Amino acid sequence: MAQANITGEMIGNSFPHPDKWKWYHYFTFNVDHKVIGIQYLVSAFFFYLVGGAMALVMRAELATPSSDLVDPNFYNALLTNHGTIMIFLWIVPGAIGGFGNYLVPLMIGARDMAFPKLNALAFWITVPAGLLIVGSFFFGGAQSGWTSYPPLSLITANTAQSMWILAIVCAGTSSILGALNFIITIWKMRVPSMGWNDMPLFCWAILATSLLALFSTPVLAAGLVLLLFDINFGTSFFRPENGGDVVMYQHLFWFYSHPAVYLMILPIFGIMSEVIPVHARKPIFGYKAIAYSSLTICIIGLFVWVHHMFTSGTPPWMRMFFTVSTLIVAVPTGVKIFSWVATLWGGKIRYTSAMLFAIGLLAMFVFGGLSGVTLGTAPVDIHVHDTYYVVAHFHYVLFGGSVFGIYAGLYHWFPKITGRMLNEPLGKVHFILTFIGTNLTFLPMHELGLKGMPRRVAMYDPQFQYINIICTIGAFVLGLSILPFLINAIWSWSNGPKASGNPWNAKTLEWTTDSPPIIENWDVLPVMTEGPYAYGEEPAEVSS
Amino acid sequence: MKQIPAPLWTLTIGVIVTLVSLWVGFNNDWLPEQASAQSVLVDNFFNVMVVIGTALFLVVEGTIVYCMVQFRRRKGDDTDGLAIDGNLPLEAFWTAIPAVIVIGLGIYSVQIFQDMGGFAPGDQVHEHGTRLAQASTAPLGDLTAAEVDEALLAQSVYGIGAPLDKEGQAADLEVNVAGMQYAWIFTYPNSGIVDGELHVPVNADVKLNISANDVIHSFWVPQFRLKQDAIPGKETELRFVATKPGTYPVVCAELCGGYHGAMRTQVIVHSPSEFNNWLEQRTAQAETGTAETVAINPADLTDADYLAPYGKAAGVESHLLAHLSD
Amino acid sequence: MQGAIEPTSDTAAVAEAHHEEHHDFRVIGLITFLCSEFLMFAGFFVIFLVYRSAAAEWPPEETEIELLLPAINTIILVASSFVIHYGDTAVKQNNVKGLRKWYAITAAMGAIFLAGQIYEYMNLGYGLTTNLFSNCFYLLTGFHGLHVFIGLLLILGVLWRSRREGHYGAEKHTGVEMAEIYWHFVDVVWIVLFSIIYLLTLV
Ligand code: HEA
Ligand code: HEA
Ligand code: CUA
Ligand SMILES: [Cu+2]
Repeated sequence: MAQANITGEMIGNSFPHPDKWKWYHYFTFNVDHKVIGIQYLVSAFFFYLVGGAMALVMRAELATPSSDLVDPNFYNALLTNHGTIMIFLWIVPGAIGGFGNYLVPLMIGARDMAFPKLNALAFWITVPAGLLIVGSFFFGGAQSGWTSYPPLSLITANTAQSMWILAIVCAGTSSILGALNFIITIWKMRVPSMGWNDMPLFCWAILATSLLALFSTPVLAAGLVLLLFDINFGTSFFRPENGGDVVMYQHLFWFYSHPAVYLMILPIFGIMSEVIPVHARKPIFGYKAIAYSSLTICIIGLFVWVHHMFTSGTPPWMRMFFTVSTLIVAVPTGVKIFSWVATLWGGKIRYTSAMLFAIGLLAMFVFGGLSGVTLGTAPVDIHVHDTYYVVAHFHYVLFGGSVFGIYAGLYHWFPKITGRMLNEPLGKVHFILTFIGTNLTFLPMHELGLKGMPRRVAMYDPQFQYINIICTIGAFVLGLSILPFLINAIWSWSNGPKASGNPWNAKTLEWTTDSPPIIENWDVLPVMTEGPYAYGEEPAEVSS
Repeated sequence: MKQIPAPLWTLTIGVIVTLVSLWVGFNNDWLPEQASAQSVLVDNFFNVMVVIGTALFLVVEGTIVYCMVQFRRRKGDDTDGLAIDGNLPLEAFWTAIPAVIVIGLGIYSVQIFQDMGGFAPGDQVHEHGTRLAQASTAPLGDLTAAEVDEALLAQSVYGIGAPLDKEGQAADLEVNVAGMQYAWIFTYPNSGIVDGELHVPVNADVKLNISANDVIHSFWVPQFRLKQDAIPGKETELRFVATKPGTYPVVCAELCGGYHGAMRTQVIVHSPSEFNNWLEQRTAQAETGTAETVAINPADLTDADYLAPYGKAAGVESHLLAHLSD
Repeated sequence: MQGAIEPTSDTAAVAEAHHEEHHDFRVIGLITFLCSEFLMFAGFFVIFLVYRSAAAEWPPEETEIELLLPAINTIILVASSFVIHYGDTAVKQNNVKGLRKWYAITAAMGAIFLAGQIYEYMNLGYGLTTNLFSNCFYLLTGFHGLHVFIGLLLILGVLWRSRREGHYGAEKHTGVEMAEIYWHFVDVVWIVLFSIIYLLTLV
């Protein structure tokens, strides 16, 4: 069991300067939450490139209606692992593990997480997950979609499928351990001067996310263990020929995986609530509404999973109940969206790269959310389920939402994390390319789906080729858009202009220490003297 | 700007947004042709949602763009914005409005779902196969009546059943549909016809009893706006009325293996007399045993071959296809 | 705009606060984790109950289950939960000897439980793969057995450490407490499991 206290004994009696962490410390079992945060962020970003590269191969294949670039089975392996990597090795570890670990202790005025060793363990468990996914390609790769519905998953590529299951179980364990760490850190380790309602909204978001992860992830683990037994140990939980029920798997899977989509967006909502007020120079509008709507989304989010199964073996009452519950999620989400817009209203908006990504997110998430609402109604979903309309929906919320949010966060906290400023013009080029690329890739997919193109196909009806070519071009624009960011990040990390402790003039606690923070964050713990979003309260002062 | 009072602006914007949204909702051609009674219901509902969605989209995005322009930091201004951190009536307003909208949409979807027949799958379950029968693909023959009833108890039928006005009535035509990697097999229980394509008469109330032999498939006809998974070990059904003669694609919508994308066939909607001709012809063929093979494995085909069915639907010449797949 | 947060200037007070702030959160950490674990079992329970409700006959004829031995096992396990609590009470009164005694008894009871389980497995006459019921049966009991085994290791770990003079005492017994909580968890899960697998066959 991890020891709860991190004290002088563990890292030397004084508070040494970060210079003490050498590069190779980042490859060790380091218990410093900031090191762990960076480990998560960098490894997640690496997997983003891997998953993105897979997407590019898929898009290249889809440029023509026939299956000519890769073998159709390999195409399935690509799409399965693209989805899996993007969710379990990029967004979840990046947003929760990366930003959560780096920022939560800094934001609440703690020296570390509640269980530092457990925290390091949680990170290192994701490493075998990544290796298993990559390794599964030597066995053909799992080929039954990231949803892995049996019986297909029981009869295709057994070894790779088993590796896939173990990878998800590892990633899930990591996420449970991380979640419990966050809950206790936020609950118990805030500086005494910080009440629940003085907490930065990012911490609220991580709290809500963690509760959700804690309660839904084990159910997925249960489902996957059963699947693993069916594949390898001769059981028949999901083998219909022996009385198993394939739809039960779908219930177990979606009971987790619907909440998982909120795991991927709530931390991003938290980032939004931090970035927007700082760069609009206004207090966040409706603090409590934003904080509690995260919890509302979590609770409702636990009761909507069947909307992924409207065309499956689902009785009528279930289809109707879950239609209504799904629609209701739009209300708390709308509250957040409107509050951010109201935060912009009357502000003095600085168009930094972070702010551009935040506003871009706002614009695109609304679109993705509205298409989500159309999917939430059973009569329409029956037509568009398992088509590119769904693919369009979830890339709008996941790419236009989560990925944009991570970028906003990276631009916003890069100075804090590295002590260097990023180059703003390059950031703007990055934003513009990404924004164009995203819409070019995913907007036309709505029409594809409505007109009749199913998802997860390597060969399709030639009448859809024109639209598919647009999507493919968009995807390559997205591929290109990575370059300015990579160049910017790598170059600025060592050569960028030095950042002060608080380059954005922000008010949350992480900005009260050096950039990058010293090893135990502060020599002297800070005391909160005003709210985290107390902008514009002093009478306007005119500076030169 | 100063001269025009705010309410007038709001009114004008409101009218414009409403008009644009209505126009988008009812003039888009994003959906394919309507070829079933159900498709009309679904499309109306979808278009209503497009209207609402467009309106919300325009209002939210419009406000964002307005803020971006109006509230941008001017040169040399390093001050903060207004210190407003909330407004209860406003917040209550934007919680209440979406709540009203989604409740309305919820009620509306229940209505549409009922009209489509969503509440009546498995209406006459006693007349057909049971799970036991299906799992072994053997006829009910050697089960006793009690055993059949017992099996039925544990088994319900999923899908879309009889529409409201036909509830409790038998369908005009029943077809058994079996999905397998990677083909659909259609069996007409009354005439014994087996085919790889679905033939139905126009304006008839058709009931498909859907089953799967290996993995999950999904029977989808975009022009009918209807889709139902074929699930091994479960009985599902889809009941529809085709309203327009023609040929429409049948698409497998659930990932079922490498050639999932090639698991396609057609539904041919005939006029009643054409349909009878077809029935007679096929019955005769069945008797002389000249029925063509129905199941083909796309893995054995060349690119041009498995693209051929698409070509027909899309009006592409076969030499073009050959060219395409070079 | 600098003055958002003023660091306190009294370094001495802070140095002290620095030591005070390190509470031991392991116990609530464990409880949180067990909530999560319980949901995994809940997933299995749901599977079991759903399959039970869908089956014509559950358990099917050739895979009947024995009730007597599991009932005895249940009594042993439930009793052990009380026994382990004596150990915890003892250590809180600085009675390490008492701790060792009660924990040793608990460990023995846990071992008997596991042995009984294995005996049951060997005498049932069917295996994991026989039918859907036996799949569920072995998976649930086996998974629970695994947890009993881990709990046993924790208790043995406590016993091992308690040999060292002054390792546990009235002020210092978090490890003891955690082993106890874990053991109660195993017990609670078993009670649910016993009810739905064994007792439900009676109705
Ligand atoms: C970040 C991830 C994320 C998020 C946030 C969401 C958000 C939502 N999703 Fe999405 N979804 C996915 C990721 C996500 N989804 C993924 C990955 C899949 C596919 C899985 C797979 O099959 O592979 C999927 C699939 C999916 C389906 C299944 C489709 C199918 O397979 O047939 C459905 C159906 O109900 C759905 C609905 C919704 C709804 C209602 C929301 C809502 O939360 C959206 C709420 C937001 C808004 C509504 C916009 C803002 C609000 C306002 C402006 C207020 C006013 C609005 C109204 C009054 C309507 N999603
Ligand atoms: C957060 C999640 C996320 C993200 C960010 C993305 C990003 C992208 N996705 Fe993703 N996608 C999913 C989650 C995500 N996807 C999921 C869950 C599925 C469902 C899977 C399933 O059905 O089971 C899916 C499915 C899916 C499909 C449908 C496949 C099918 O059904 O047949 C398509 C098709 O176009 C697609 C395309 C893309 C593209 C073009 C991007 C682009 O935005 C990617 C942009 C990034 C890059 C282009 C990286 C660039 C890198 C390089 C250029 C160099 C590489 C270098 C090294 C490796 C060192 N995705
Ligand atoms: Cu059959 Cu896809
Ligand atoms: Cu969902």
